[in-house]
This record gives sequence, C-alpha cells and structure tokens, in this order.
Amino acid sequence: MQRIGVFVCWCGSNIAATVDVHKVAETLAKEPGVVFSTNYQYMCSQAGQEMIQEAIHTHKLTGVVICSCSPRMHEGTFRKTCAAAGLNPYMVEIANIREQCSWIHKDMAEATEKAVILGRAAIAKVHLNAPLTAGTSPVTKRALVIGGGIAGIQTALDIADAGYEVDIVEKKPTIGGKMTQIDKTFPTLDCAACILTPKMVDAAQNEKIHIYSYSEVESVKGFVGNFHVTIRKKARFVDETKCTGCGDCTTKCPQKNVPNEFNLGMDNRRAIYIPFAQAVPKIATIDADYCTMLKTGKCGICSKVCAAGAIDYQQKDQLVEEEYGAIVVATGFDPISVEKFDEYAYSQSPDVVTSLEFERLMNAAGPTNGTLLRPSDKTHPHTLVFVQCVGSRCDGDGRGKSYCSKICCMYTAKHAMLCREKYPDTDVYVFYIDVRTPGKNFDEFYRRAVEEYGVHYIKGQVGKVVPENGKLKVQASDLLSNEQIHIDADMVILAAAIEPDKSARPLATMLTASMDTNDFFTEAHPKLRPVESPTAGIFLSGACQGPKDIPETVAQASAAAAKVLGLLAKDNLTCNPCVAQPDEMMCNGCSSCEKVCPYGAITYSDKEFRGPNRTTLIRRVASVNPAVCQGCGACTVACPSGAMDLKGFSNKQIMAEVDAICK
Amino acid sequence: MQVNGEYKPTIVAFCCNWCSYAGADLSGTNRLTYPDNVKIIRIPCSCRLNPMFILRAFQRGADGVILCGCHPGDCHYTTGNYYARRRMTLLFSMLDFLGIERERTRVEWVSAAEGAKFAATMNEFTAQVAKLGENKRLEDLRCKK
Amino acid sequence: MQEVMKKALELLQNGTVSRILGWKTGDFFYDLTPAVFESAEEVEKDFVFSPFCGANLSKYLIKESRKEGKIAVFLKPCDSYSFVQLLKEHRIIRDNVYVVGVACDGMCDIEKMKELGVKGVTAVREDGENLVCETLYGEKTVARKDALLERCVSCKSKKVVMFDEMLGENGEENPESHRFDKVAELEAMTPDERFAFWQNELSRCIRCNACRNVCPACSCEKCVFDNANSGIANKAAVTSFEEQNFHIIRAFHVASRCTDCGECSRVCPQHIPLHLLNRKFIKDINELYGEYQAGADMDTKPPLMNFTKDDCEPSIVHERGGDK
Repeated sequence: MQRIGVFVCWCGSNIAATVDVHKVAETLAKEPGVVFSTNYQYMCSQAGQEMIQEAIHTHKLTGVVICSCSPRMHEGTFRKTCAAAGLNPYMVEIANIREQCSWIHKDMAEATEKAVILGRAAIAKVHLNAPLTAGTSPVTKRALVIGGGIAGIQTALDIADAGYEVDIVEKKPTIGGKMTQIDKTFPTLDCAACILTPKMVDAAQNEKIHIYSYSEVESVKGFVGNFHVTIRKKARFVDETKCTGCGDCTTKCPQKNVPNEFNLGMDNRRAIYIPFAQAVPKIATIDADYCTMLKTGKCGICSKVCAAGAIDYQQKDQLVEEEYGAIVVATGFDPISVEKFDEYAYSQSPDVVTSLEFERLMNAAGPTNGTLLRPSDKTHPHTLVFVQCVGSRCDGDGRGKSYCSKICCMYTAKHAMLCREKYPDTDVYVFYIDVRTPGKNFDEFYRRAVEEYGVHYIKGQVGKVVPENGKLKVQASDLLSNEQIHIDADMVILAAAIEPDKSARPLATMLTASMDTNDFFTEAHPKLRPVESPTAGIFLSGACQGPKDIPETVAQASAAAAKVLGLLAKDNLTCNPCVAQPDEMMCNGCSSCEKVCPYGAITYSDKEFRGPNRTTLIRRVASVNPAVCQGCGACTVACPSGAMDLKGFSNKQIMAEVDAICK
Repeated sequence: MQVNGEYKPTIVAFCCNWCSYAGADLSGTNRLTYPDNVKIIRIPCSCRLNPMFILRAFQRGADGVILCGCHPGDCHYTTGNYYARRRMTLLFSMLDFLGIERERTRVEWVSAAEGAKFAATMNEFTAQVAKLGENKRLEDLRCKK
Repeated sequence: MQEVMKKALELLQNGTVSRILGWKTGDFFYDLTPAVFESAEEVEKDFVFSPFCGANLSKYLIKESRKEGKIAVFLKPCDSYSFVQLLKEHRIIRDNVYVVGVACDGMCDIEKMKELGVKGVTAVREDGENLVCETLYGEKTVARKDALLERCVSCKSKKVVMFDEMLGENGEENPESHRFDKVAELEAMTPDERFAFWQNELSRCIRCNACRNVCPACSCEKCVFDNANSGIANKAAVTSFEEQNFHIIRAFHVASRCTDCGECSRVCPQHIPLHLLNRKFIKDINELYGEYQAGADMDTKPPLMNFTKDDCEPSIVHERGGDK
C-alpha cells in the first residue's frame, strides 16, 4: 500500500474562492492510503515546496497528490520538488482543480465536490504509479546530410566547422544542386556560380566532410543518436581514386547524342561525362543507359584515352554502412512537369520554355553560351511573354499545386529585368495573379523591373498559346483594364510550380518522418520548431520542407545545423520514461503494434522461453526502444492481448481514474 | 442523480494532453463555464483511448463519454488521432448496433486554442445526455453503490 | 471423402510430413473434433472427413507448426482465410506446414438436422444434393441445403486462398452471399428493438469462453480478460452488461482481422448469433473504409491499423442513423 500525501493549493483566491480547500483536504484525508493531507496558500512557492518535502520525510510518503493548477503549469515544478526530497518524480500526480474546476464553476458546493472527485481520481492513479527512471542512450557524433544542394552544403559546412564529422549523400554525380543551373540570383544579381562554387570546393576540401556523390540512401535503421544507414554508391564505372577529372574521355567518347540534363536536354553530352566544369567531385561518370561498351561490349575508347587508367567497366554498385547521430534531409525541389498545361503549347513549340530552361538559355555556360536565342531557329527573340503561377495556386483541377511556389515572382522579375538590360530592343510581358515580393529588397527589385526597365506587368491570365508561322500567338486577359489581349510573341516562359523531389516520399518512409499531402516534410512545430521533423533526430534543411529562395534556404540550413550540433554536443540523451512496454509473456508477436507505431520504435525478435516440462519454446515477441518511443499509446490499443502497456498511463491507472470518477 | 427535478448525468471526458486538455485549461483561464458533471481524464493522445475505458466508464455508471483530441492532421504524434477516429467510429457504431443510445458517445476535435469550443462542446454534450436520463443499458448493477 | 483420408495416408507414408491435423469422431458421430495423427494406423482408425467437419483447423497450427517436424493440414475455403490471416500475423510457421486445400459444399448443422427430425445419426453419405443418414431410427434423407450451418448458407467464398496441394476443384469467391442481410435487418430496427434483441441474446451467455477458444483471431497467448493488469479481468455472469462488455471487446479485438469463419456461432452452446457482431464490423469497414476481406492476402494492412486523412468522422454513426 502506498503512503500518499495530499496537498491542496489555494492559489491565493484563484482556487480558494470557489473551492472549499479545507473541506477538500479533510475529505481526501479519509481516502485509503492517504496518510497526510493539508492545504496551503501557494503550493508552488518556496514555502509550499518545502512543506511538501518535509511531509515526504516525516510521513515517509511514497506518493504525492497535489490539487492545484493544471499539470501543464506546474507538474514539472512539483516533480522536481519531490525528486529533491528523494521521491521518484513519477510518483507525483496533479489534480487540476483550478483551470478545470475553480475557474469554471461558480457554486462553491459543486466546485468543492468536483475537486474532491478529481483528487480521488489522482489518488487512485498514484496507488498504481511505479517509480520511473528516464533511460539514456549514447549519441554517435557524426551527422548525415541527404542532398548536396546549397541547403545540404551549408548544413554540412556549419556542422563541420563546429568540429563534427558529417557526410553528404548526393544522388547526382556532383554536389551543387539546382543552384548550379541558375544564372544570376535575385535581388542582387550576383552570379550563382560565383557564390556557390567556392562553397562546393570548401565542402570537398573540409576534412570533416565526406561526400558520397552519385549515391543514394538505401535504408535507415535506428533512432535519434544511433542511426544505422546503408548508402548505395551507384556504379559510375570510373575509379574515383584514380580519375583526375582531366576530361579527355568526355571529348573522345563517340556517343555524342545523350540529352544533357544539366542544360535540361537543350543540348547533348557524351555517354561519359562531367556534368559541368566546376563539378565537385570532378570525376567522370559513365551513363550506363547510353554507353556502347556497357551495352554491347564493343568500344572501350574512354578506357584507351584515360591516362590514369580510371575506367572500370566491371564496377558494381557498392553498399556502405555508416553510423550517425543525426540526419538532415535536404532533398530539395524540382519544377513540376508542365505537360498538363498544354494550353501554353509547351509540347508543341520549343520556344515555349520553363523558367529553369530560360535560366540555362541566359547562362554563359548554357547551350547558347549566354546569348539569348530562340531554341527553334536560333534567332534573337524580340517579344517575350512570361506566364506566372503555372501549376501554383492551382485549385481543384488536379493539374497543379494548391500552394504558392514562392520564388517565381522574384525570378521572373529577374529574368524580365536581365532580358531588358542585355537586349533593350525586347518587349517583355509578365502575366500574373498577384506579384508577391515580401523579403529584404525584394519589392524594390520588382519596382525597378517595372519602373526602370519598362517590363509590362499585366494582371491577368494567359488563356492559350498557339504556335503559328514562327510566332507564338498569345491570347490573354488584362483584368485591370478588363480587355482581351493578343500578343505575337517570340518566346513564352512558364514559371512552373515547384514540388518536392520525387526521392522525398520513399525517404520519409525510411526515416519514419511525416510529410504533408504535397510531399513536403512536416516540421515538428510550424512556429517554434521549424527545422526539426517530429521524428527525433531528423532535421529539415531547405526546400524539402516548403518552397524557399536561396537566402531562406541557407538560413534554414544553418538553423538545422545548429539543431544538429545541439544534439551532437551531448554524450547521452535522456529519454521520456513514459513509454510503451510489452509484456513478453503475453505478446503474440502479431505485429499489430508495429503497424501503428509512427516512430518505428517497435521491433520483433524470436526469443526462447521456458515451456512446460523443461522444454524451450521460441516465440516472436515485440520490444520497444525507449529512446525512440514518444509515448503516444497507439500500440496499446492495437494490441489485442493487452501485452503492450504505457508506463505512466497504464490500462490499470486509467481504469482506476475512471472508477474514481464514476463512483 | 436528480438535482432540482433535473437529471444530472455523469460525463467522462478523455482529453489528449497536447490539444484538448490544453483547450480545457484555456476555457478555465477564460472563465468559460461548463457543467461540473464533466470530469476530465488526461491521456497522452486520443489513440491511447482503449474502448475498454469507455465501456468501463459506462459500466461504472457514466451516462456519457466524450473523447477530445487534436484536429486530424495536427496530432502531436502525427497519426494518433487518425487511428482513434477509425476505432471510435467502429466502436460507436457497434454500441449503436447493440441498441445503446448513440447520443451518449461523441468525439470532438478541440485544439489548444479552442477554449470556447471546449466549453460549448461540453455544455451541449451534457445537455444532450441529460435529456436521455440515466444510463441503464450499459450499467453493471453490481457496481452500483 | 475417402480421397481426403487417402491423401492423409499418402503424405505420412511418403514422408512429406510426420503429422496430420484433421478431424476425428468425438462422443457422437456428428460431433467431430480436431485431432493430430502421427501414424498411418491412427489415421486409418480415427480420421474422418464428413459433412460435419465444420471445425476450422487453422488455429491449432499456432502450436502445431512450432513443434518438431512438418505437419499436414486440411483446409476448407473459409479455414484458409484464417490460415492466411494467422500467417500474416506471424503466428504460424509456414515452412512447417503442408496445406491441402479441400473443396467444400458446405458443412452441416446437427441442430438443424434434429429440427428436421433426423436424430441419432450414426453415418452419413452424400447422394447428389441430398444426404442419406443412417440413424438409430432407420435411414433418413435430407436435402443438404436445408441442413447447412448458417455460415455455409451465406458462404462468402469457395476459394482456398493458400495451399500446397488442392483436392478437388478450387472454387470462386461469392460476392452474392447475402451474408450481411441479417445485420442490415437489425440496423433497420429502432434502438429499442435492437437493445431488446441483443439483451435477449447476450443475457443467455454463460461466459464459457467457447467462442473465444475456437476463434482463430482470438489466439492471444493470454487473453486480455485473463490479464490481471488489463483492469477488466473479471468474469461473473450476474448482470447483462458484463456479457455485452465481453462480446463488444472481443468483437473489437478481432475487428479487421476476423475472416468471418463463423466458428464463434457454431460452437456457442447457447446459440447466440455472435457472428453478427463480427459481421457488423466487417460491414462497417466495407462501407466506410472500402471493401476488405481479412485473410484474403498477405500484404494489405488491416483497416484498424490503417487510416486515410479524409476518413469519415465518428459522428457518421449519428448521421447514418437518422431519426430512427
């Protein structure tokens, strides 16, 4: 039998004005197991806390019930108080007689009676409480960053600068991500490559950073502080340790007609390639889909020209196993396919391009060496029409996304401005729903496009684009003047919505991290924990969490790094002791609990049990990793036998509360 | 129990710690009243609510049982309330199938910010259960004191 | 029917398995009981396959498949669903089981036969659509369809969903089983009528636990009602609600796992139509979350361990009910 002490708080007059605290203390004193019951003006005060501690000593209390304000307010306080007096902090229960009693009821008799019942329920629960000890688990002091774009690079650099090992896994042959394809950046118009490539080099040269390029995460096991990750290094058929990146092979390869993804297929590359001059690592990769040698066994030219002897046609995918304490997701975004928006004639005319393609057409390293030429006839375009929100803010028809892609207004202003600056003979139209330019120096930038560069901004929608006699007939509406507009354009540029990278969804499953319906990773709290996933130890960096521009991405990347460092700086993690615990003797091994666990905290193993007549039985039983379990209790209800129970909120405890209330 | 000629039902409210329990606190902070017949039991998540608890409450003389949790999509544990939603739907349907008044059970999603909704829900639910009178169909008479 | 016994002998004799899980005669000819046979002699002596082989053998494999050596089992279509469901729940070790699927024309309910005046049955043979019974009072003939167990009248499937070998031709699922008709009929009643119906049924419960013990889904190592820590581990048939509580929880625990094999009702000594509770859940699941048949495959997630973000709200129970 527990020896329970009851402490009824007046909270000044907050409780005492509507609840007869003396009567509550007296009535509860008669409950079985209660050996001490008192009331005091402010239990949370120094004097009140000392009163509790003294009672614990004098009356040898094994359980404490405090009738006071909400446990959300002072449960932590009172747990500490009792712990200091040598009582296990989880032997404390709070009866909420302020927020859920004195403050809502006016009649003293009623409120007092309810306070007694709430006190009884807490006493009934304490009777079944057991001391709980928070466990600890060690932290592997190494981080994994998935995705090597600007977000991943920044996160990795910040972690490495603080002195911790960090690995980047990038699925492409080079790190750098989308930013490598961008020409200039808004609102400063500095060159993307000029600010990005030094960071890429920093990452490559930092001895704390290891880059797994052309690699993907194959599986993730474990939990915060102790992730076990398998990385698939895809065969690039080139020995990374030997290749010098001289590029001889990429000029001699006879297979010249491979669409160059770096320029979005607007020109060709060879079957063996280095994506671009500043690639990191600068190592050639053979595209197995196009390589004649790999497909037919005849060719081998690259092998002959390679002075370093780096070509290895026999190379296989390699699986690498690593341990990490924290994982940062930085999988980024992709523009959506605009196929479903065929009213803009993307599939009918090469002169209808997406904004990212336009970026390449403006870029000195792009397919036109930076001279803006129409893809169809390589002539200089005079009239350009930009269409905003292609697939963004698109509701109901299932073609696009309901959200705003956030970056399009600004990059379109940039494109329009650059166009007018380099080619003053052009007419540039921008069709928009709204122009959204919140951000430092953003609206000024947009105003400059309109006022100084004479870009025609028209609020309205483009109805359709029809290719005709080498022109693009654009039919649109101007909502402000309420007119129908017809423009004979040379090029149409579509600001395609952006969506999370396709690799994000399977990755989220591996990480047991949650996603929203658009496949953006969900943050642990939209306001207060914006760079953490609800799954402990998983952090979010960049556009995988939602559309972002570069400065925002970099800010979030550094924020994620700070959170990772906060975790890696710890030697051990303290766990929440109120976690699920299975009774192995009753466990069926049916996996029902495992199916509903949002954290992957439950695993199964075959264990030997003693059977009748000295036999041993092998049974499949569940075990819960207390470092991963967050204590939601979903498993306890899924378990038909009741083998799974939740510490601190056990079946018996809740039943006891029910009984006390319904008596 | 009868008070001034009106039946005063016993209501058990299971509230998730993160949303509805905080919502209940908020209705207290804002001094929004609801009947004292409502007694709240704190659970970590709506998915912790075992149908056994509901049946036990009825067995021991509760007249109505309500579950409050985070709005779907807002679960602190990401998916708990989705499971709770299915479980409660099926359980309530079964109780209804056994001829037990469906008005005695309810699920309401109340966020930590919805103090007013919490109070309004409790007022409405209590009135609804009071109208039905005493729970006779679900009670275990041996437990009556 | 001889074919089944022949197969059992063959499997033992050619060493495919070391044991056979089948049926043997109990106290009466029509009272068959599941049994394990370890030798050809035992099979020849006791093995029976007759229209009274209602018993679902799947559940016994939980223990039997964990013993030394391989065991052969004969599964009727409905039993095979339970078998797959148990496999899915990791309860049966597949490698230790040799499954012989047996086609089924429906099993007989001795109670129904007694009502038809066929008492004291000592042997039975099939004659087309009829069963010719030898009884203590002479030979009697009944139409098979009049003697079927309730679950066989509304048979959901004649397809053995998993087997190593099939005896006879495998059948098809039967979407026109009308197995939810009685549930729908109850749903259409007023709550008072429903309450009266179930009070009448469930108050007869003697808590013998036969339904639980036979149910392949109720195969917990230790039942929650026997678990001192569950808070509900008491058993006393005094008031009505105790029984309601038991049956609601039992049905809930097997919901989305129950294959609707109907064993609970078959074995209930008080003839309580317990399968209606399970069917109510199955019907609700089908209507609210999409058609689902437990045990039909190895991959699908049971609906209660699954969700979609736009599932219906629990208030649908009120809305569906209308003003009834």
